[in-house]
Amino acid sequence: STTGESWSLTLTIIYSKTDFSNPKSGWEAKVVEFFKDRLKEKDAHTWVPSLNDVPLHYLKPNSLVKFRCLIQDMFDPEFFMGAYETVDPSTNAKVLRCGRYKDVTECGVDFNSRNTVTAERQTFYCVPIPGENPWVKEISSSSRVVPSTSYAPTRQKRSYEEDDMDDMDTQPQKQREPHSGWELVYIYFLQTHGNGDCKRQETEAPSSQTASASHLDLNFPLPGEKGPSCLVKVYEDWDSFKLNDTLEVFGILSVSPALSALADEKDASSSILDPTESMETAEEQRVHSPPASLVPRLHMLYARPLPHNNPLLPSATLEDNSAFLSSTLSEMASVRAELLTYLTHVLLGDALAAEYLILHLISNVYARRDVLPLGKFAMNLSGCPAAALYTQRFYQIIQQLVPSSFYLGMSLQNMNQMRLVPKKDYVANRLVSGALQLARNTFLFLDETHLEQGQLDTTGVRNVTALGNLISWQKVDYDFNYHQMEFPCNINVLIASEGRSLLPSDCQIHLQSQVSPPNMEEYLSNIQLHPQTSSQLNKFRIYLSVARQLDYSISDEMTKSVEDDFVDMRKDDPQSVSAEDLHRMLVVARLLSLSLGQTSLTRDSWLRAKHIDMLRRSRMEQHQCVNGNEP
Amino acid sequence: MSSPTSTPGRKRGRDGNPATPSSEGPTSPPSQRRRGQDSSNGDLMPMPTSPATDMLSPAAPQDTSLFSSPRPHPLSPLMYGTPSSRVEGTPRSSVRGTPARQRPDLGSVRKAPQVDLHSDADGAVASEPNAGQRLVIWGTDVNVGTCKEKFQRFLQRFIDPTATEDENAGLDLNEPLYMQKLEEISVVGDPVLNVNCLQVQSFDAELYRQLICYPQEVIPTFDMAVNELFFERFPDSILEYQIQVRPYNALKTRNMRSLNPEDIDQLITISGMVIRTSQLIPEMQEAFFQCQVCAYSTRVEVDRGRIAEPAVCRHCNNTHSLALVHNRSAFSDKQMIKIQESPEDMPAGQTPHTTIVYAHNDLVDKVQPGDRINITELLLISPRLHFTVQHPNSLSHVPAGIYRAVPMRVSPIQSNVKSVYKTHIDAIHFRKTDEKRLHGLDEDAEQKLFTEDRVQTLKELAAKPDVYERLSSALAPSIYEHEDIKKGILLQLFGGTRKDFSQTGRGNFRAEVNILLCGDPGTSKSQLLQYVFNLVPRGQYTSGKGSSAVGLTAYVMKDPETRQLVLQTGALVLSDNGICCIDEFDKMSDSTRSVLHEVMEQQTLSIAKAGIICQLNARTAVLAAANPVESQWNPKKTTIENIQLPHTLLSRFDLIFLMLDPQDEAYDRRLAHHLVSLYYQSEEQIEEEFLDMAVLRDYIAYARTYINPRLSEEASQALIEAYVDMRKIGSGRGMVSAYPRQLESLIRLAEAHAKVRFSEKVETIDVEEAKRLHREALKQSATDPRTGFVDISILTTGMSATARKRKEEVAQALKKLIQAKGKTPAMKYQQLLDDLRGQSETAITKELFDEALRSLADEDYLTVTGKTVRLLA
Repeated sequence: STTGESWSLTLTIIYSKTDFSNPKSGWEAKVVEFFKDRLKEKDAHTWVPSLNDVPLHYLKPNSLVKFRCLIQDMFDPEFFMGAYETVDPSTNAKVLRCGRYKDVTECGVDFNSRNTVTAERQTFYCVPIPGENPWVKEISSSSRVVPSTSYAPTRQKRSYEEDDMDDMDTQPQKQREPHSGWELVYIYFLQTHGNGDCKRQETEAPSSQTASASHLDLNFPLPGEKGPSCLVKVYEDWDSFKLNDTLEVFGILSVSPALSALADEKDASSSILDPTESMETAEEQRVHSPPASLVPRLHMLYARPLPHNNPLLPSATLEDNSAFLSSTLSEMASVRAELLTYLTHVLLGDALAAEYLILHLISNVYARRDVLPLGKFAMNLSGCPAAALYTQRFYQIIQQLVPSSFYLGMSLQNMNQMRLVPKKDYVANRLVSGALQLARNTFLFLDETHLEQGQLDTTGVRNVTALGNLISWQKVDYDFNYHQMEFPCNINVLIASEGRSLLPSDCQIHLQSQVSPPNMEEYLSNIQLHPQTSSQLNKFRIYLSVARQLDYSISDEMTKSVEDDFVDMRKDDPQSVSAEDLHRMLVVARLLSLSLGQTSLTRDSWLRAKHIDMLRRSRMEQHQCVNGNEP
Repeated sequence: MSSPTSTPGRKRGRDGNPATPSSEGPTSPPSQRRRGQDSSNGDLMPMPTSPATDMLSPAAPQDTSLFSSPRPHPLSPLMYGTPSSRVEGTPRSSVRGTPARQRPDLGSVRKAPQVDLHSDADGAVASEPNAGQRLVIWGTDVNVGTCKEKFQRFLQRFIDPTATEDENAGLDLNEPLYMQKLEEISVVGDPVLNVNCLQVQSFDAELYRQLICYPQEVIPTFDMAVNELFFERFPDSILEYQIQVRPYNALKTRNMRSLNPEDIDQLITISGMVIRTSQLIPEMQEAFFQCQVCAYSTRVEVDRGRIAEPAVCRHCNNTHSLALVHNRSAFSDKQMIKIQESPEDMPAGQTPHTTIVYAHNDLVDKVQPGDRINITELLLISPRLHFTVQHPNSLSHVPAGIYRAVPMRVSPIQSNVKSVYKTHIDAIHFRKTDEKRLHGLDEDAEQKLFTEDRVQTLKELAAKPDVYERLSSALAPSIYEHEDIKKGILLQLFGGTRKDFSQTGRGNFRAEVNILLCGDPGTSKSQLLQYVFNLVPRGQYTSGKGSSAVGLTAYVMKDPETRQLVLQTGALVLSDNGICCIDEFDKMSDSTRSVLHEVMEQQTLSIAKAGIICQLNARTAVLAAANPVESQWNPKKTTIENIQLPHTLLSRFDLIFLMLDPQDEAYDRRLAHHLVSLYYQSEEQIEEEFLDMAVLRDYIAYARTYINPRLSEEASQALIEAYVDMRKIGSGRGMVSAYPRQLESLIRLAEAHAKVRFSEKVETIDVEEAKRLHREALKQSATDPRTGFVDISILTTGMSATARKRKEEVAQALKKLIQAKGKTPAMKYQQLLDDLRGQSETAITKELFDEALRSLADEDYLTVTGKTVRLLA
């Protein structure tokens, strides 16, 4: 693959007659197995072109592609022709064909064949991971080895030729004797186009696509998102996927223009009495069968769940990659110190706030006990200077560190108008996305400094309630009109405010600026200019992602000592420490240990956790200001 | 009596030959038309004598028989009645005279050949001889004759052994059930016979299997059977059309999620929620053509949504002279209904699936979207696959396959098709699960089905002596201790026994237990509420802060599309039969709270708005949480003073608990241990320790559905004693310390405790526990901080007896003061207060003064308007 030639992994599947009419032959599993094995080979998956970074018109239909995405909606399962027979009108010869991994059948389907097998598959509507930061996109697209099966759009009229080619491949097989077993032929072949050729042509901007995209709402959760959305067809085990899961899907791309033709010609050719007619509204049609040029279909061969979308980490899980893990762990403490200095600088010289910010950035809901999410650490950063767009600058810096994030300015207008909670649209039969439909571990920055006095309307109240629920229970109640449905989430919420926030939080820290107000302007512009070398930024990025993935435990001994501590604290002053405080201190201790790369609680970490919590609380007492949001 | 148009080898038209749509000559029997059409035809046309000919298949011999089939295929299925029955001139009041109504729900377009039992040689053409002389419908193992006999036997003999009086009001349980129902039909004249599939199964498992597997063949056979039987019995009755059998309750209950290709064309029952209904679609069943030249008319049945237009007029032999006359064609009603999985059936983290259902004829408009209706018992034939043909002009290629559907055509140019089928369900029977919400009690509507194994597990659990403790500790394990509160909530989850005293004028007796939790902020009250809300299937969670009276009750809305007034229900109505969790109860506005008065005692909700006056059932248990008015609970004040809720509302709570932070070392240690292990125990450890939430849920559902404990003699005695004791406590100090409401609470709690034990009888132990819990709650919430005594009047009248005495004194002093002033009809409020303060030895607070004024106002002695106090005559 490094030779500069582009690889292409093209698949042609040929089945012998006896096979796919028999659903028990297990050929489906074998296909999937084959691909899984191939993709496990060293770097094999990097050869596969990604829908995320290769424009659709450079990808070859019926080739293997991958897509890093979030399941935004799940459509109804559909029945399709798993196997069918075609009849050649001239010779009357019957050929058994397979309908799996395809949207459109071959010509001359014999609808009366007894060999027709009806099979079931599920469709997911997938969008690129919402709020994925530019650096993630950049790094992932540059790490791809070559635009392998992508090809230059020199042959615009490819689809028919393609079909012919497929036919040619299968033609000799038809003449063969029926096989008793299954037969699969995969052809890896070298694409003849040179690498440079591809690169050059990729830079040409697709012009027609952007224009036509405008009239179709691709239902991205966040405003201003770009990228293809995709209808992913899942053939097995679809119950194991959940809404909002992030996946890397490997599948066969299907962009048959025929799929789009369907929608266009609908009006012209159908008769009023057509029973299929009244079943779907025009909106539903538009949503469920969008033009394939905009929303390609991807027939899933296999999907890898993404525990994170940080391209700097190896794709294998941390446990499987002990070398990487141990090298990172050894550097943990030093990287932490650097990061702390950097964040202290960003937070106007407040080291304690910086410490808490690190804890917040690596927090993660690691379990749920009945309704209680464990490990969440929503933070309220109060005392943010309103001047000089401090919060925006602060967000831009965080954006450089975390893989996905979203900035939500809590202005009255936004709160009253934005759609935060996804809502089911029964006319189009889809889940209309909202800004809170986010992937796990997305950093959600709520800027309360934008909130001014005024009237919240019904939507506004609902939005604020939704944010409150998100913070307290890490769940979003999706609106299904007649009822609500609860979807658990795992989102890191940071609220920046001047006073105490009107939203609940797990911990509030009041920013103590070391910068005098007259110098603020200058200081802030310096933060912006302060360039971090990309290697250092990468270290931070890896650090934050790895710290979040680590396992954590607590020994019996430490349990005992924590208990003793709690009892002692209560003895002195029962009012000072409540059960809730213990809850929080346990989380702080956990995050503190992880931030240092320690996977179990030590006495030191516990004491330190207690100490910083005490510092934070004493600071809060100084800044006690009554605004009605106190509990 | 042969089938003259049958051509050998043309079995069910599968071979791709033209599926010959027959024209229906005017001689066609009335059985295929509705009566209305029938009579009008008679007026409009003379009875032509020309024989019916099959226009599109000239090969077919002319049908000169009187019994010509109106169906396109001679061996057409599902003829209601045997051909011989369609002799002209039979009296109307018979199976022959009563028109059969088409059953589009069964797919009238499907034309499977059927064995003509009375035909000899020809019958064999279409059927494959099976087991000697037995003839079956092609592709199935259904023998029409046997099937008919079996069903008739079922109708004649079936007696439901498990029937209870109330289910079949007015029916004699020892007589065959369905014969009585037929009698009912003959009286009422509604020609629909609902047949419970489970009863069919218990009577004849084989018949049931056939019904499930081949509904399209078997149901018409049932129709045939029932009509023969009916007209034999009641030869003189006149029905609008022939009786149609509507099976329901097929055991093959399917979750929408589990529908799969094997279910195609089978009889299944699924439940769901209506989300959208279409407008009424008139579906043409029969097209009426008239020749422009000679005015000869002919009818063509619509086949799979297509009309085979006759090319040649067979009267004058002109080509292309026939024109469709719309208003003489026959249409049937059809409606598209979209249903969605009910939220209860769904695995977590997935979105609900939707399915398209077609309702036909009288099922149209039976259900409405948006009412949060669960339809169950939606019987359907199949996700049926639809196809359009790939070449638009090759109509003749439409085969009469089992799946009358094939993928959607992609484009006429390319002849490949999209390989996806369109599926839908034809509804045969709807049952709304909650339709009785407006009308009365219907416990079994939501009956959850439990497997034998599950019931066994639950019963084993119930037999354990410590089941009560086990269940209460399984409740919200993440919340530490507060055992009595959990026990209280557990009893609330089970609820008391529902009793109906409406005959004695008392109305419904509340069975639901209401609980209020008050206490310091941060004592996991909200968490407990969240847990309960997640546990019960019909829970609602609202916060007093954000909800308005409208959000809690119901409001009337105008549907923008239909301009219809729609009643939108709020949290309280939605949690009917469930639990309504109200957080921040204290932050609720007074007007919102006031609606709770009715709900919490009468369990109904009255609405008089926009011309809609109705009473909705809101048999909901209320679990509320309130914070003290001051940020911390003030132990020196009573409950009422701490939470500032009207006592009228508080007295409607059966149990009021305080969730305070107990401050002792042992507790702290246990708490710390609990929290640390909560954070660091693995999932498995947790599961070992506690009961699974699903088991708990099933346990509660089972007990709520099947266990209805009644008071035993001893229990009644114990309750009486308990009540008398409670009254006695107070009587020593000259006050009433218990009211009938407390007795009712005790009964409810005792019943709930019996339910926990799966016991049909309330026994003394239940009463003991009810007493204990009630006492515990009182101890927490009704202790007079001034005296240290438990004083129920704090809750029932809003103040302790001592405080009340004080109020009386002040009121009397005030009255004296006013009287002393002589004849002054109006006084200044502030002036009066100052005067009273000047006179009194003890401090008079403004509140005390207000209360005194109020009590005098209650005596009609004076009124207070703004800042003026006026004396009343």
